[in-house]
Amino acid sequence: MAPLLEVDDLSKRFGGFVALDGVSLAVAPGERLGLIGPNGSGKSTLVNCLCGALHNESGVVRFDGTNVNGMTAHQRTRLGMARSFQLPRPFTSLSLADNLRIPLIYSANMRRGSHFTAAEIENRCGELLRLVGLDAKARRLPRDLTQVEMRKLELARAMGADPKLLIADEAMAGLSHSEIEDILKLLDQLNQRGITIILIEHIMRAVMSFSQRLVVLVSGKKIADGKPQDVIRDPEVERAYLGQ
Amino acid sequence: MRSWLFTLILAVAGAALFALSRFIQNDYFFFAGYVVLQYIVLSTAWNILGGYCGYVNFGTAALFAIGAYTTVALHKLLVTSRIYPMSMPELIVIGGAVSAVVGLGIGYLTLRLRGAFFSIATLALAVVIQTIITNWDYVGGSRGAYVIRPPSAPLVGSYIQYLFLVMLVLAVISVAVARLIERSRLGYGFATIRDDEIAAEASGVPTLRLKLIATTLSGALMGMAGAPLPYYVGYLDPASGFNLAYAVNSIAMPVIGGTTTWIGPLIGAVLLGTLQQWVTVTISSAVSLLIVGLLLVGFVIVAPNGLVGLVRPLFVRGKG
Ligand SMILES: Nc1ncnc2c1ncn2[C@@H]1O[C@H](COP(=O)(O)OP(=O)(O)OP(=O)(O)O)[C@@H](O)[C@H]1O
Ligand SMILES: [Mg+2]
Repeated sequence: MAPLLEVDDLSKRFGGFVALDGVSLAVAPGERLGLIGPNGSGKSTLVNCLCGALHNESGVVRFDGTNVNGMTAHQRTRLGMARSFQLPRPFTSLSLADNLRIPLIYSANMRRGSHFTAAEIENRCGELLRLVGLDAKARRLPRDLTQVEMRKLELARAMGADPKLLIADEAMAGLSHSEIEDILKLLDQLNQRGITIILIEHIMRAVMSFSQRLVVLVSGKKIADGKPQDVIRDPEVERAYLGQ
Repeated sequence: MRSWLFTLILAVAGAALFALSRFIQNDYFFFAGYVVLQYIVLSTAWNILGGYCGYVNFGTAALFAIGAYTTVALHKLLVTSRIYPMSMPELIVIGGAVSAVVGLGIGYLTLRLRGAFFSIATLALAVVIQTIITNWDYVGGSRGAYVIRPPSAPLVGSYIQYLFLVMLVLAVISVAVARLIERSRLGYGFATIRDDEIAAEASGVPTLRLKLIATTLSGALMGMAGAPLPYYVGYLDPASGFNLAYAVNSIAMPVIGGTTTWIGPLIGAVLLGTLQQWVTVTISSAVSLLIVGLLLVGFVIVAPNGLVGLVRPLFVRGKG
């Protein structure tokens, strides 16, 4: 099957600092990919380059058969790439429901070249709120949310764009055991619907139980890519990542 | 409330205000009222970019003056030379169109900047525009130009009453437009730009295009507010067209009233505009601008959500 996402020799620098160094990667439709690496290894930078929040100096990103280099972030979102932010970035002046209406208004269905009707938006907004269990707080502002609710809002808003690929950047950091289970269950549910998922996570137990494949990034370089059990036994990975 | 109903109510309120004002025999009322109404248009226009999108524009005076100078140029080109007697509505539409185009251009040049850098860039461009106009002899250069207003006006007879009516209509239009935006797709998009542009893009919001729409709309309304000015003052020079008061007031009025809804700039313009008219007459115009400056500083520090922000909790307490 043709890959949904194809990254070819992607590099990104910040001034003289090389944050990503020739990363290549392919993700198949429907796959659950875990992306791990020590702090500062370039995971979020990779997400930013994939989604168009940052521009990579070199390399090609192809999504769903389209070269997305040079596309703005909103164009990529409309194509079907959605991401959650490591530090949640809700629209602080909008209610939860309105936060979810934004991708419904501006992204979902745009791939098919049309807008949702007002009734469709309301339906989907309600669905998303129920999906993440926030329907009771629909009219609250983001500042009233707990940390786990904020993460769920972040995922729900990404889902509002009706993506083919969801990139969850540390959606579980700082959460309790049962909250992590909650988020994992949610991601699993989304994957069941056919959405490809890239999970970036430090919590190994979560990554190991979720991922079908694991990619390891160290200092902006991909050092391993394979079955989770094999990857974590890789001596290079142990040395660079797990041993730290 | 439905937008058409709101607009209807607003129009009826405007008509009632005008009907009542006809009983006032004092021309001063119309002179002062014109200025207050003009500030309703300017502060509402500023708020589309500054309040809804969060981009603080220091260049209001330039966009306003472009509307005014378009009138001066057209007046000289067509009216004085008796080629075509342009009516006020035509001048307003053309002045608005020119300012819309300039607003769009300013947007292209500045909207990749954020925060203070954006504001400084708009100020710099305003200075550039003022310099160009000051050196453009056809519209009077630094000496200024006289615009002889017609002895009588259509509909109402007295020309100052006519100008008052024109500005009243513009005020109704701009407030209706602002409220319409607030409740539309566009308004939601503007709010996301104000809150977090990166998250907005990630949700599919075309932020640059929306910001350009905001500068264009805002510029158009500012130009429309400026178009009747030469007929109001009778003599226009760069010092009055580009007056600092326009830039300061168009920021101060929404900030003091509240920037998140259409009613904030309206309240701010009515209160501050009236206060300034009163202080200008009783003390001086310099003092009136000083008061505005102090109020602006006070509100930014003490009540950043403006009067609307102060009053709203009294109504919505216990809800949600
Ligand atoms: N905008 C930026 N300007 C300069 N340096 C940056 C910028 N963004 C990231 N970096 C640097 O790039 C490197 C990679 O950062 P990145 O956030 O991608 O790491 P990460 O793998 O996501 O780490 P973490 O696990 O802590 O989230 C870090 O050294 C960081 O300091
Ligand atoms: Mg990160």
